[in-house]
Amino acid sequence: MTTTAERRPVVPSWPREKLLMGLSLREYLRSLATPFNAVAGLILLIGLPVIAYRFIFGLGAVTNLSQANPWGIWIGFDVLAGVALAAGGYVLAGTVYLFGLKEYRPVVRPAILTGFLGYFFVVVGLLVDLGQPWRLPYPIVFSYGVTSVMFEVAWCVLLYFTVLSLEFSPTVFEWLGWEKARRWASRITIGLVVSGVVLSILHQSSLGALFLMAPTKIHPLWYSPFIPLYFFVSSIIAGLSMVIVETGLSHRIFQDQLRGQAHADIGAITLGLGKAASVVLFSYFFMKLLGIADGGNWKLLNTPYGYWFLVELLGFILLPCFLFAHGARERSVKLVRAAAAMTVVGVVVNRLNISVIAFNWAGPERYVPSWMELTVTLTIVTLGLLTFRWIVNRMPVLREHPARRGAH
Amino acid sequence: MKVNRRAFLKMVGATSSAALMGGPAKARAGRRAPRSGETLAMLIDTTRCIGCRSCEMACNKANGLPTPERLGQPSVFDARRATRPDAFTVVNRYADPKNGRKPAFVKSQCMHCVEPACASACPVAALEKTPEGPVVYNAERCMGCRYCMVACPFGIPKYEYEKAVPYVRKCSFCFGRVRQGQLPACASACPMKAITVGKRGELLEIAKTRIYQTPGRYVRHIYGEHEAGGTGVMYLSAVPFAQLGFPADLGTESHAQLTSASLAAVPFILTLGPPFLLAIHAFAKDRAEAAQQGSKERGGAS
Repeated sequence: MTTTAERRPVVPSWPREKLLMGLSLREYLRSLATPFNAVAGLILLIGLPVIAYRFIFGLGAVTNLSQANPWGIWIGFDVLAGVALAAGGYVLAGTVYLFGLKEYRPVVRPAILTGFLGYFFVVVGLLVDLGQPWRLPYPIVFSYGVTSVMFEVAWCVLLYFTVLSLEFSPTVFEWLGWEKARRWASRITIGLVVSGVVLSILHQSSLGALFLMAPTKIHPLWYSPFIPLYFFVSSIIAGLSMVIVETGLSHRIFQDQLRGQAHADIGAITLGLGKAASVVLFSYFFMKLLGIADGGNWKLLNTPYGYWFLVELLGFILLPCFLFAHGARERSVKLVRAAAAMTVVGVVVNRLNISVIAFNWAGPERYVPSWMELTVTLTIVTLGLLTFRWIVNRMPVLREHPARRGAH
Repeated sequence: MKVNRRAFLKMVGATSSAALMGGPAKARAGRRAPRSGETLAMLIDTTRCIGCRSCEMACNKANGLPTPERLGQPSVFDARRATRPDAFTVVNRYADPKNGRKPAFVKSQCMHCVEPACASACPVAALEKTPEGPVVYNAERCMGCRYCMVACPFGIPKYEYEKAVPYVRKCSFCFGRVRQGQLPACASACPMKAITVGKRGELLEIAKTRIYQTPGRYVRHIYGEHEAGGTGVMYLSAVPFAQLGFPADLGTESHAQLTSASLAAVPFILTLGPPFLLAIHAFAKDRAEAAQQGSKERGGAS
């Protein structure tokens, strides 16, 4: 960026350096004309009016939700899968700052950014789904349903979002050049990381505990008293896998951000994370078996729902577990990335299974999302990706701030 | 060392705020409703019901809902109907296998559980078990998360999906009327005395008396006596309840308690989590420092 500014005889200004990445407004706008942006623009062009339509005409006009199926993909994907996939923030922060595994430091910032944006857009998704979104703060400030797991989730998510904002703030301060604020924010790191891990353990598991209330509606293979444990453990898996996938993609997309950084570093980090994911997946696999045994549900495996359960259990848990282990042993970064991508899909499948597919499995009414529901979900994901790119292109997320290079 | 002390203070802060969060939960548990036998309840004798749907008519009138569909037309019974945002009670017809000519009619509405799952699930306490017995909905609190609909084992809370500002709708046991000493609209409209209103304990006695005194008329089961921890609306029937569309898989434990173990773990994780994590941190830090020192010493010796 600075080199561009030096080459051209233009006076560097704050908005130009900080917002337009050192380009003039015309150059910047021209640089936006890419195929990716065209697709993203098209999605937003359709999706944003659909969101407006939903608020004017109500949930019924846009969704296929029904009296029997009150939760669809806006909860199953946007909220449940979203929170799980945003778990990289607490997993990596805990690994580096609490367990002291400093070699993973280069991926902490992108993981925290993913967490921060993940939760932000989870809340956006929730606002679209809530019947009266303007009452979102009610559990915090107005009316306390203290017997509700949802109440606990609301508090934990609010507090954890605050923690994530503070954890990400040093990056913003470096970008703005506010050295004093950055130093202050860095000083509370350990406290933030500890709160972040504790709050994550609580709400990741509690999102699963929500479904304990529906023993007669969820298929017995997915309903188990261990759901909270499953949600927590699989959030670790999702967090690790997302960081692996994201690191792989970032290093292809944001190459100019990473100039001067050793790629070997990222390879070793990917292999290390893959090894960890393999171990956690292995224990998750046995926990799932324990759930079947606990419910006495072995016979149900030989039913259509059982086959689908086996797809999740063998195809999305056991198989990537072996692929991770094999990839880590053979030092194949590619294989580890493939296993991570598979695991990410697997966690999404699991959340959709519990909330949508195995929910009301015996009922006469099946829920299938409408095209508008899918569009809104796609729109929110697109907004998340665009925001992520906007920040990474400007703030020291992937690269180190020049002034701080080698300071650790 | 300095960092550790600061971290410790933070941990104390987290712990005390956790204790504060646990506070209201305890206070609420302390405010117990009167024993379930004393609460207001309803006994529905399906063997007396003739399917006239006067209850539906009265209910809709009392709640300002539109007139029930196809009133007076037997064809309404051809398809199974569920309660709706604009119909808090509906009557369905079931064939009686013992007596082909005489079908059974079943009125359904909110069961007003002794420990309602909906109220336990509601994050803003919009759904509430009143000390009097009825389970009521405070619309001004509801944020529309629809968790009550997920939690209710009877599928009773219904949502106004078609509205831009939607609410949950369901039977309130005519709580407003009841507080003025009147009967719920459905009960006062029933021409067959199929609906009896009274204290739950007394209704159970009446139900058992009917079963004992008219052998053969009823199955020996009062639906709602124990289902899902007991319900405020209870039923008598001539045929097994599973044949009348009643959920048979609810068990006898209160569904409101299904998440209590999870919630009980929260204070422990909040209080024990931080010191545990800080201990790991201190241990990892010490080890890193020792390793650094060790390598320095070795470097100096060689």
